[in-house]
Amino acid sequence: MSKVRVLVGTRKGAFVLTSDGKRDKWDVSGPHFGGWEMYHVKGSPVDPNRLYASQTSGWFGQIIQRSDDGGKTWHQPGTPPGDPPTPGPPKTASNQFVYDASAETGKLLTTHQWYDGTQHPWEFKRVWHLEPSLTDADMVYAGVEDAALFRSTDGGENWKELSGLRGHGTGPKWQPGAGGMCLHTIIFDPSNPQRMYIAISAAGAFRTDDGGATWKPINRGLKSQYIPDPNAEVGHCVHHVAIHRSRPNVLFMQKHWDVMRSDDAGDSWREVSGNLPSDFGFVIDVHAHEPETIYVVPIKSDGEHFPPDGKLRVYRSRTGGNEWEALTKGLPQRDCYVNVLRDAMAVDSLDECGIYFGTTGGQVYASADAGDSWNPIVRDLPAVLSVEAQTLP
Amino acid sequence: MIRVILPHHLRTLAGVGGEVELDVAGPVTQRSVLDALEGRYPMLRGTIREHGTQQRRAFLRFFACEEDLSHESPDAPLPEAVAAGREPFIVIGAIAGG
Repeated sequence: MSKVRVLVGTRKGAFVLTSDGKRDKWDVSGPHFGGWEMYHVKGSPVDPNRLYASQTSGWFGQIIQRSDDGGKTWHQPGTPPGDPPTPGPPKTASNQFVYDASAETGKLLTTHQWYDGTQHPWEFKRVWHLEPSLTDADMVYAGVEDAALFRSTDGGENWKELSGLRGHGTGPKWQPGAGGMCLHTIIFDPSNPQRMYIAISAAGAFRTDDGGATWKPINRGLKSQYIPDPNAEVGHCVHHVAIHRSRPNVLFMQKHWDVMRSDDAGDSWREVSGNLPSDFGFVIDVHAHEPETIYVVPIKSDGEHFPPDGKLRVYRSRTGGNEWEALTKGLPQRDCYVNVLRDAMAVDSLDECGIYFGTTGGQVYASADAGDSWNPIVRDLPAVLSVEAQTLP
Repeated sequence: MIRVILPHHLRTLAGVGGEVELDVAGPVTQRSVLDALEGRYPMLRGTIREHGTQQRRAFLRFFACEEDLSHESPDAPLPEAVAAGREPFIVIGAIAGG
């Protein structure tokens, strides 16, 4: 029988939740890296036991962790597991993310827009998202704050910026959102290894069609309040983007305002918020087997960031947007004031698609029936930052 | 032998339980001690000093002999008691919040 492994990043450590295909009984492992902020943990599609994790701290900075055994043991890439520290020159720089300011780029890559409208130097703060390659377990991409995209081709040991993203011209107009200026979404087109999508708060979504060398803003049709120019190329606060791997040209976006859809690889967008009780939220995901079935968790904004009416509801659309149904069975329907952050929803690929999401209140909810009913796997973790699901043989 | 005391999270990261003892070649300064520390425990690179600039991370402080040495030059000699191993060089995470 297949198994499911759910990887949870929290404000105070990482947790690995495992179950058989029934998904009614769960083993909880953790906290791993207790006390550290674990922004994201994700497994390689090529080798599911290869996991990458972003471990961060305001005091000690960025650490990259890797597991080669499904989360049982971890090490910093370049420092093999069980290898005792030895004297000599440092042999790892797995936490070194250096922005490309080389002369070869010939571009101004040094400043972006600050909150007050002035220009501000790019400063590395943390890795928000790690996206392992679809074809190579040693290749992994990192979306970082201040927004940039890095790639490692040696299992996370060394990182190099794909500087064409920051250097394409609009970089000086990017600005941080309330959570910082983060590159939080990285999506590969499974049918075209040269195509990739990324999203930045608050700049917008971008696409490359040449493997990351050059990038194009894909924000036409997005409407953002307080941006004077309705056709602004950048400046949009995109919260998350999701695709179904069978239709990589169809993108679904949860933006600061509105749920959006594109049917042309991001060249144009249209709103599909429909009857949602709030057009604000962070997560969005797509059913593993039904490319028109999508999920969001509406959140009340701008100042509150909790579910409308104190009711935690996942909304599902089976029509690719516009028509939404509230999924409430097993979710608290009173006095609930948690948030669900942008990387905190995932789906498994079992025949009956499982949906998972984590809250800032420390609950991780699972549905083994595509969202019809929900149960908490755990109730009292630290605030959940990210949730990923792996379907294992 | 130079003695170094690390904060809890860095001890965990380096896999050490208590004080770290280091051989430091040449003058005993913040820079030479931290170079030796990172040489022996490469997983600490970037966690005490920023990559590139080698500046002390903002929320960390350096103490020895009941003195705050955080703003001393990284190349200034550390107190003789540290160089002689009688007193430890201490890396402390600043306490933030109210």
